[in-house]
Amino acid sequence: MKLLVPVKRVVDYNVKVRVKADGSGVETAGVKMSMNPFDEIAVEEAVRLKEKGAATEIVAVSIGVQQCQETLRTALAMGADRAVLVLTEESPEPLAVAKLLRALVDREQPGMVIMGKQAIDDDMNATGQMLAGLLGWAQGTFASKVELSDGVATVTREVDGGLETVALTLPAIITADLRLNEPRYASLPNIMKARKKPLETIAPGDLGVDVTPRLTTLRVAEPPVRQSGVKVGSVAELVAKLRAEAKVI
Amino acid sequence: MQTYQAPLRDMRFNLYELHGLDALTALPAFADLNADTIDSVLEEAAKIATEVLLPLNASGDIEGCVAENGVVRTPRGFREAYATFRDGGWASVAGDPDYGGQGLPESVNTLVQEMMCAGNLSFSLYPGLTYGAVKALAAHGSPELRDLYLPKMIEGIWSGTMCLTESHCGTDLGLLRTRAVPEEDGSYRLNGAKIFISAGEHDLTENIVHLVLARLPDAPAGIKGISLFLVPKFLPREDGTPGERNGVACTGIEHKMGLKASATCQIAFDDAKGWLVGAPHKGMQGMFTMMNEERLGVGIQGLGIASVAYQSAAAYAKDRLQGRSLAGARRPDLAADPIIVHPDVRRMLMTMRTSAEGCRAVGLWVSQAVDLSRHAETEAARTAAADFVALMTPVVKALFTDLGFEAASLGIQVYGGHGYIREHGVEQFARDARIAMLYEGTNGIQALDLVGRKMPAHMGRSLRYFFHPVSEFIEANRKDPGVGGMVEHLERAFGALQLATGQIAQSGLKDPEEAGAAATDYLRLLGLVAMGYMFVRSAKVAHAKVSDAGPDAGFYKAKLGSAQFFIDRILPQATALFLAIKSGKQSTMALEDAAF
Repeated sequence: MKLLVPVKRVVDYNVKVRVKADGSGVETAGVKMSMNPFDEIAVEEAVRLKEKGAATEIVAVSIGVQQCQETLRTALAMGADRAVLVLTEESPEPLAVAKLLRALVDREQPGMVIMGKQAIDDDMNATGQMLAGLLGWAQGTFASKVELSDGVATVTREVDGGLETVALTLPAIITADLRLNEPRYASLPNIMKARKKPLETIAPGDLGVDVTPRLTTLRVAEPPVRQSGVKVGSVAELVAKLRAEAKVI
Repeated sequence: MQTYQAPLRDMRFNLYELHGLDALTALPAFADLNADTIDSVLEEAAKIATEVLLPLNASGDIEGCVAENGVVRTPRGFREAYATFRDGGWASVAGDPDYGGQGLPESVNTLVQEMMCAGNLSFSLYPGLTYGAVKALAAHGSPELRDLYLPKMIEGIWSGTMCLTESHCGTDLGLLRTRAVPEEDGSYRLNGAKIFISAGEHDLTENIVHLVLARLPDAPAGIKGISLFLVPKFLPREDGTPGERNGVACTGIEHKMGLKASATCQIAFDDAKGWLVGAPHKGMQGMFTMMNEERLGVGIQGLGIASVAYQSAAAYAKDRLQGRSLAGARRPDLAADPIIVHPDVRRMLMTMRTSAEGCRAVGLWVSQAVDLSRHAETEAARTAAADFVALMTPVVKALFTDLGFEAASLGIQVYGGHGYIREHGVEQFARDARIAMLYEGTNGIQALDLVGRKMPAHMGRSLRYFFHPVSEFIEANRKDPGVGGMVEHLERAFGALQLATGQIAQSGLKDPEEAGAAATDYLRLLGLVAMGYMFVRSAKVAHAKVSDAGPDAGFYKAKLGSAQFFIDRILPQATALFLAIKSGKQSTMALEDAAF
């Protein structure tokens, strides 16, 4: 079975993001970029499935600027077999990404798509679900455990009330949650080998998808700075303040 | 708090912009190499250093190693960390591809080592010793020994040691007593006791391969009668797996000032089976191959400590609120200003910072020459590079480790009293760094090596590989609109170095004590000029790029700032060192021994 693993290049999780001076977005120039951590978990899961013999080939996909090649090389160093970069200067919205991925699924015919549940830059948490909708495939989102047998993926999902287990008939979409696994460190020999693995670059037009944004970002702003608190002298004072100032009781 | 993020931007600056990859990629051995690959390697190494090794640094220091009944346990977490390190292939960065190594340039390996040393100096000793042993074995071992041991050692499944010192002889190895007697099967029986054996016994690898200096029965007295032997902890079976236990035992570990997670062992050889490495009585050659590698490696330890001590101090200085800026309150909204506003704190931080940056630049200059000495296409180019490496090896070892310890000490000073207590973790840097000035030849020995051996070697040929590029650079850039001012200061320091060199060459020829009395100051003087040269060249690169660098402008501005501080505030020490050297040995040697 072939696995398709989409990976996104995002601002590294260690970086404290700053809003651009003109409020048009987040500053990314000169900022350290890395693979979206949830996608890293997805790659790790795919590699483990391959190591267990449940999968035969892993294709990593990224959509974005030329530098996404580095993100793909990371996936290749972790164990993906080949990579596809859909090169675009736009930052496609989830629906456009889902459409691009659908076109790639048509082309590659994977048995499963494993991806992060969301990207840490915009926290949309939408692409996996949209892709499942477009393909008409089953979906197991927020996966914390995945087991495969006889064309069925048993996925344990992290839901608000606890854990939910669903059985999906393949082909299916799985989106990875934090506790699915702990991604490995790429080994030095694999980093070197990754340079020699195939990486294909295509344009969105090649897949017949228009990635022009449909939404307009009006303004991006830092969250308001938290005001320092006050110390109250007594319970009575606290109650009075909650009633008169905070107006919560 | 022990704070470390790998300085990848500065590493890339040194590799690509200051020294340039072209010299490496022009070599057939590295024709495939490119910046993208190196970046991936450095980034992953940075993760290992910061996510795997750094978290074990303070805990390893507190827990230390435990020796019981000849078995040594490393601190909690070390076994798992070593497994991650080994499985990731980090033991074999620059190892020979014929034996399973990755064959990356020494220039890249040096940066990887710097990160590992910064993350956890104690840990770095275990793979570090193996690396030196591999080099000695590769250069001098028989094909049978190489084939049997190198693949396992390069992979990191087996580790290595170097067993030189005995309780009565450290620096003067001519005195050593361990004996080796030939057996009928071509092997040898070794008997004797060694001390100060780093990684001599531990629980990280399935076998430990000791390279041991010992005397054969027919050995001439002194240093010319020493041979090198390979003695494994477990004798390998036919299939290469560890078999019968050899007569090698750890009789104890040292209780040390620092580096506590590195086991420093006393090793007894009791009818231990070993094999000769290289020719009889030529053991010092093999050991010097190992020692030269190790000396460069020890220099990098100093650099790693300078880097982590600097970052830990800088983070604290930005956070700790005490007093107000002498120029008026900078943070009136807070109870006090962060201490980074104070000029004296700045002085300390800039000193630490420039030590790390300057050593990194010099270190890469030398490690690039190591690559050329191994892989350049012509014999002449290899020899020239090797001569330069030989000259700079004692400088890298002594200068970097001195500055590393000085940086660690300044780091404590930045923390004030909080630096002296364990909780903040910065006193550990000073304790750990202190050993690097001692082992692999004390820094005094390094200075003697420089003035006694390296300077006069080949009629001063080696020295010219240092002097020529510096003087050419000065000539070419005296009127440079960007760095001309810095060049003027560099020229003054370089002049002091040339005068000092002339003085030592003349007076040292007549009276070796003159050279001996000048040696340590001379090494520092040469080191400062090397760093100054690197800083001015870095400034030239930064100056050309800063205005069009966009988001990277901050990096280049900071590089220019570092260079200016070094040139203004550190390099002038060259003049003082010259004056001290010029005064000669008289005042040092004047007192009668009884007066001490």
